[in-house]
Amino acid sequence: MNQTYTISIFTEDIIGLLNRVTIIFTRRHINIESITASESEVKGIYRYTIVVTVSEEQVQKLVKQIDKQIEVLKAFYHLNSEIISKELALYKISAEALNENELFTRIVNQNHAKILSISPDYIVVEKTGDEREILHLFYDLEKFGMLEFVRSGRVAITKPMKTLTSYLKELENKNKTTVKHFNN
Amino acid sequence: MEKHKKYNTEVTGAEAVILALLDENVTDVFGYPGGAIMPVYDALYDYMDRLNHYLVRHEQGATHAAQGYSRVSGKPGIVFATSGPGATNLITGIADAQIDSTPMVCITGQVHSHLLGTDAFQETDVVGISMPVTKWNIQVTKAEDIAPAIAKAFYIATTGRPGPVLVDITKDAQFGKTKYKHEKCESIRSYFPCPKVNEEEVNAAAELINNAKRPYILCGHGVLLSGAEKQLLALAEKADIPVASTLLGLSAFPPTHPLYVGYLGMHGNYGPNYLTNECDVLIAIGMRFDDRVTGNVSKYAKQAKVVHFEIDPSEINKIIHADAAVMGDAKESLDLLLPKIKSQKRTEWLKRFADCNDVEFEKVIKEAINPNSEKLRMAEVIHKFHNISNGNAIVVTDVGQHQMITSRYYKSNIPNHFVTSGGLGTMGFGLPAAIGAKVAQPNKEVVTVIGDGGFQMTIQELGTIMQSDIAVKIIILNNNFLGMVRQWQQLFFDRRYSFTEMKNPDFITIAKGYGIKGKKVTERANLEDALKEMYESKQAFLLEVVVENEENVFPMVATGASVSEITLE
Ligand SMILES: Cc1ncc(C[n+]2csc(CCOP(=O)(O)OP(=O)(O)O)c2C)c(N)n1
Repeated sequence: MNQTYTISIFTEDIIGLLNRVTIIFTRRHINIESITASESEVKGIYRYTIVVTVSEEQVQKLVKQIDKQIEVLKAFYHLNSEIISKELALYKISAEALNENELFTRIVNQNHAKILSISPDYIVVEKTGDEREILHLFYDLEKFGMLEFVRSGRVAITKPMKTLTSYLKELENKNKTTVKHFNN
Repeated sequence: MEKHKKYNTEVTGAEAVILALLDENVTDVFGYPGGAIMPVYDALYDYMDRLNHYLVRHEQGATHAAQGYSRVSGKPGIVFATSGPGATNLITGIADAQIDSTPMVCITGQVHSHLLGTDAFQETDVVGISMPVTKWNIQVTKAEDIAPAIAKAFYIATTGRPGPVLVDITKDAQFGKTKYKHEKCESIRSYFPCPKVNEEEVNAAAELINNAKRPYILCGHGVLLSGAEKQLLALAEKADIPVASTLLGLSAFPPTHPLYVGYLGMHGNYGPNYLTNECDVLIAIGMRFDDRVTGNVSKYAKQAKVVHFEIDPSEINKIIHADAAVMGDAKESLDLLLPKIKSQKRTEWLKRFADCNDVEFEKVIKEAINPNSEKLRMAEVIHKFHNISNGNAIVVTDVGQHQMITSRYYKSNIPNHFVTSGGLGTMGFGLPAAIGAKVAQPNKEVVTVIGDGGFQMTIQELGTIMQSDIAVKIIILNNNFLGMVRQWQQLFFDRRYSFTEMKNPDFITIAKGYGIKGKKVTERANLEDALKEMYESKQAFLLEVVVENEENVFPMVATGASVSEITLE
């Protein structure tokens, strides 16, 4: 059964590594629904958040392949129920919406959205929420004339998980065991 | 000889490349120069007494030579190439090394860093292009980063599941100055090459094996890579378990041993394929259930519990579910396993293999090695060659029917003495890989068996043999067809021989042009003497054997069929 999984990947800060990771998806013909990358709470360690809809078996295999990349510290996967996640969306709509000011304001308020800026030609609305909420607002605002719409990828925090720093300590110990070289 | 005395002295980045290689105990390099790697070649000029460079005739040849070198020596193979076309010519060999877990370090020159991304002359994004087929790669743009990058490259290539790495060095980094310092890379915090063997996993494996009635060992390349041949033998003997080998695992288990039952795969032996679906515990050691081994996975060993010994965690449950997985180095794992294994005898189960073997002998082998046909057959050539060399030669194959015949009829006695392109099936692999093998093992006889098609894919490497005086022996099994493809056309495409017939040149004249002795055999009566002459020659020798045009390789597990549906004719 296909489900939505959020894959969190902790990596070293290396040029091209994101490419190495995305190739793993492309090669298996799996569509990345959203992707974000930023520095984590530990300096120099990056966190990629990738959302895919696949089977559990597929996500397990994907995560193993990701983990196998030399500069990936660790990859995890989670179901929606195991994370707290948000996306951010910006909507640029025609200033004509102000002609129906009451309706417009009601929609913005009901959706817990925010007006970011108003200019003579357009209005920019901001909303954080899950994908469904963001699309809901999109359809509500569409009638005013949607000039531009952009959605960030998902950012997610997992509910139960070791802290990154304790995990890094573990890695250090793991590497203290001696490594056998192929040629000796 | 002293490698060098350059610690903490100022050198160019190009010289740092050479020094770092010396510090990694490199003695041999295969390569081809060009604009972007000229500084490295210039530095090499001063180190020719310490570093042997073999000038190939095409960069693909350098990669396969490096692979052959590595496969018979255990050392990583080293390749130099220039940017642009030089670098792209490496890709086939890198992909081959990646899928066949062969350690290789490729060093490519790159355009000046200020030209990166400008479509400069001979600029290709080789780091991008090689990303999916390397274990790791990096671009270096500063002289001081060269030595650490090379140290890291060697560590990654040779540890855990080995593989190819690529270090791309811009020309300005090669010209730049740096204080040379080499620090061996001994760990990388995000990389765990070798999982520590978990005792509980070993116990679970031991329990399954001890309770098995019909256990069956599949031995893969991992046994050779880890040097676990003795442990494998001990396990098989202690618990009386039959052992079959994958293509890449050949030579890991003594082929004359009573517990050795043969070779797996599409054209492997009858019993090893057929009885996969009758064992109760399948013990896979250092192998990855390639589709050429499993046939139809949905009908593969469904009745069996699977024990999987594997160093690469991503291989566990990738194709076949493991009921007990032991992650780690095969040798270490088997050492821990052995004391937990009960001694048993399994006469009846072993007899099943012997019976299958009798069937295969009657239906296939007897005629193949002693044919009634007028023309020579591939199997009789290889069988005779096996007898002449007593199974002790280093045998390197190309890809096609002759490869399958050689893996079936040449019984390699000595570990790491059988070299072939398995996962990628790269035609053109044989000749350059044999060159690399001979460079690594100059005192061993290295014989490559090649088809008339594959030979012409890297035929230019005859020039490398000539220039560097490499005594490689070449057997061309000439059927004037792209035989393996023709076989499929015959069996699955209604004999429509679309572009598989070959009009071939006079191979002996070509060899002569390169100063290589040659002989052509068409008659059975001359075969044995010609093989002896080839084998005993002190120099390179090309033996062309004209064989039956339309011979098919059997047994065969057709695509989509189950291993138990293997056909004998
Ligand atoms: C580079 C490459 N191109 C195409 C193929 C597909 N292929 C597999 S076997 C084969 C025929 C090989 O013919 P030949 O070298 O004459 O050997 P034979 O099978 O006749 O022994 C071909 C074309 C391949 N494996 N590699």
